[in-house]
Amino acid sequence: MEHAWVPLLLSLKVAGWATALNLVFGVAAGLGLARWRSGARDVVDSLLTLPLVMPPTVLGYYLLVLLGRRGVVGGWLDRLGIQLVFTWQGAVIASMIVAFPLVLKSARAAFESVDPQLERAARTLGISETAIFFRVTLPLATRGILAGTLLSFARALGEFGATLMIAGNLPGRTQTLSVAVYAAVQAGDDSTANFLVLVTSATCIVVLLLAGRLVPQHSLMTSR
Amino acid sequence: MSLSRRLLKHALVATLVSFAVCAQARADELIVSAAASLTNAFKAVGDAYEKAHPGTRLLFNFGASDVLMQQIVKGAPADVFASADQKAMDKAAAEKVIVPATRKDFAANTLVLIVPNDSRFAPTTLNELTAASVKRVAYGDPASVPVGRYTQGALQSAGIWDAVSAKGVLASNVRQSLDYVSRGEVDAGFVFGTDAAIMPEQVKVALTVPTQTPVTYPIAQVEGSKHAADAQSFIAYVLSPAGQAVLAKYGFKPPSAQ
Repeated sequence: MEHAWVPLLLSLKVAGWATALNLVFGVAAGLGLARWRSGARDVVDSLLTLPLVMPPTVLGYYLLVLLGRRGVVGGWLDRLGIQLVFTWQGAVIASMIVAFPLVLKSARAAFESVDPQLERAARTLGISETAIFFRVTLPLATRGILAGTLLSFARALGEFGATLMIAGNLPGRTQTLSVAVYAAVQAGDDSTANFLVLVTSATCIVVLLLAGRLVPQHSLMTSR
Repeated sequence: MSLSRRLLKHALVATLVSFAVCAQARADELIVSAAASLTNAFKAVGDAYEKAHPGTRLLFNFGASDVLMQQIVKGAPADVFASADQKAMDKAAAEKVIVPATRKDFAANTLVLIVPNDSRFAPTTLNELTAASVKRVAYGDPASVPVGRYTQGALQSAGIWDAVSAKGVLASNVRQSLDYVSRGEVDAGFVFGTDAAIMPEQVKVALTVPTQTPVTYPIAQVEGSKHAADAQSFIAYVLSPAGQAVLAKYGFKPPSAQ
């Protein structure tokens, strides 16, 4: 059953990339929303949170229409020789968008809970704004961001609907664990399905245990 | 009795009554699990059947034949099963979930190779699929989709299965292959002739592919159906001249034509 390791490694690769990208974009957007004083803030926040509540099939369809060879963005990429549909990079984009709100929400909450007094104190000491961010604000917000990132990794690992629609079901290339389970069940191949389900469950337990090690439980619960 | 208890009682009674009403409405509904390639044709057959048999409502469950077969084996309450190849029906028979005496072939189809309508690639032989310029070819997953099995058989007999399957995009049913080709996401795809005819503006048929086994569709009543008489009446209608005329309109051939 060593063929089950192929989808597992692919899932880890896709979820890893999606999480790394979300860490950058989610933290940037979370900081922006926490600092931005405007009436449009809630609208933007809602728009960015949409992937959390929308059916993955709707997201998958949007992505397919946008990134497909005949899509607005996809057509342009196609001329550059880049194709996202039916590639693992396409799966990364799907997982990234689905899991993005989890990082955004926890990063925003983490930044908002940082005591502005501490930043003001640092400013009176004459440090640059960049230094204040990296030496005061970010360390204080790290726990919340880490908690959101781990949740986002877990969500990306389990992504199915949007991934299937944009990356398809190409064994060895885009067939992640959840897609492999789906294909095995469709084919009535229960022994493969059982094995894949066990591998998936074990992987999730390991991720949760690691999350517990890295982040104390209370901050995972409150994600602040 | 307190107000909350009385409310709870009313809610319970209302729920039970509505369940009973629903169950009543469901009594003469017939569930037909049919191959994805039958989607348009069977909806039309169903409309005609319902007109001829007022009081019976047809509910269709379309999908890859093997998926439907698996659902029935695991206890899905289907009454009729129509498959796009004999193998899926054979598996259903081996699992003893269909009534063998009711099994009949009711239609035939062809396997075709299609390309996007605006494509410059116009293969005249299957061997052209092995060219380096062809990056992706869509077909149903042979493990669960009949059109994928027909495709695999045809490519194996042409001696190019390994070369083509290396660039294969596995679809979970025949209509997904059609969709991939119509969006131009793949260079070519294998579908049934009747599927290609659904989207004449998006796809064109490059060639009709000879298959190892003739493409014939069997239908049968599901074992243990609570609507056995209705199920057999629907099967008889599909085989009748009226039913066959509707199928012919969607490009299906009579089963004896192959």
